[in-house]
Amino acid sequence: MDERRAPQITACADGPLLVRGAVEIIGDDGAVLRNPRRTVALCRCGASAIKPWCDGTHKLIRFSTAEHPSVGDD
Amino acid sequence: MTIADIAGGPGVRPAERGPVSSLLLSTLDHGDPAVPVPTALLHATHVAVAAADDITADEDLQLSLFLLYACAYGSLAWIDPEWEWHPALLQMRTAIERSFEDALRRETPIPALPRADAADIAAALFALTAPTPGPSLGRYVAKHASLEQAREFVIQRSIYTLREADPHSWAIPRLTGRAKVALVEIQSDEYGAGRPERMHAEIFARTMRGVGLDSTYGAYLDLVPATVLASQNAMSMFGINRRLIGAIVGHLAASEMTSSLPNRMYADGFRRLGFGPDVTEYFDEHVEADAVHEQIAAHDLAGSLGEDRPDLVPDILFGAAACLAVDGRAADGIRFAFEAGRSSLRPGPDTGLLRMPPRKVASRRAVHG
Repeated sequence: MDERRAPQITACADGPLLVRGAVEIIGDDGAVLRNPRRTVALCRCGASAIKPWCDGTHKLIRFSTAEHPSVGDD
Repeated sequence: MTIADIAGGPGVRPAERGPVSSLLLSTLDHGDPAVPVPTALLHATHVAVAAADDITADEDLQLSLFLLYACAYGSLAWIDPEWEWHPALLQMRTAIERSFEDALRRETPIPALPRADAADIAAALFALTAPTPGPSLGRYVAKHASLEQAREFVIQRSIYTLREADPHSWAIPRLTGRAKVALVEIQSDEYGAGRPERMHAEIFARTMRGVGLDSTYGAYLDLVPATVLASQNAMSMFGINRRLIGAIVGHLAASEMTSSLPNRMYADGFRRLGFGPDVTEYFDEHVEADAVHEQIAAHDLAGSLGEDRPDLVPDILFGAAACLAVDGRAADGIRFAFEAGRSSLRPGPDTGLLRMPPRKVASRRAVHG
């Protein structure tokens, strides 16, 4: 029961933002969105059909978060 | 009568599919775990394993392996728990497992191995499981499946889904640190995160009842072909054997990564057939949940495990590739039957019954067209 846990957001390569911790997500109308689970994935590619949640569509559109997609090791 | 009438209650024994399952069923049903098992059982197993040219599709051996795992899961209540650690049954299970594992390792193409680095492992798993164009069971269910086919699909899925997440839970005590935390985070969601009615297996049970089917585990076991049992047996084998810890982690990652997009198609298919949220909730839940789980599974579970245990990287990739291979084969078998206008199920007591409408489909709304 770590509802008080500080929020943490993880940016997933070529994918969504994973959000953990005590966060309220507010919709367009100002109402708090139903929080479906303790860890949620927020759409980052813009193509999800269930925004603001991720539905995996980023894989279909080959969404890339790489600054220079051809660059390998840093 | 309907498919639901074919199904038995929790005490109904499945039918044998050959000499090994015949002997095993009579042992489990009438034998005494306190006395030695007839040597004929192990002998028949060795003979059948040696003769099997395609163990993934071998009805007799896959049913036998499924029953041997049921001894450990407790999923079939009529099996005496004393059988779980019976040496002869463990020997028998090992004989089938070694042959099944060898076949999977022989037949599954593995991509080039990533470095033992979490980001590289995650990228390799996402590349391996990337969505592919072309015909798929998901597209078929979305666009074409009839009511009968949709119900068959639910029956085929029930072997895993009424026990959803259980095969991967065997891995929890075998992991430590970050990978263990990641697996438990996923499994907690699978098991309802404190709310029994949110357990995925329970949500699926509502889907079954919503399409007029019996949600008792194993009710339709006799109708489910070897390739579908093989999909379940592969994950049970990876999960229950500690030496295959890398494979079960890779398996979970691949199954999460290939879930969100097909589940959207399944949900669309059931909506097209006129079903309401009590039936589609399971699929809709997985669109959303597995988009979370796949990230945790790729980076925090498989990635962390590979970083901490570089020796496991090959098996992580093997488990993922084997998941795609066995699940793909099971799904293709179902789709090919549907496309040919055949039932995807094994012949039951009276397969003519499958054309009948469901017993009770309370949630079904008026279907347009």
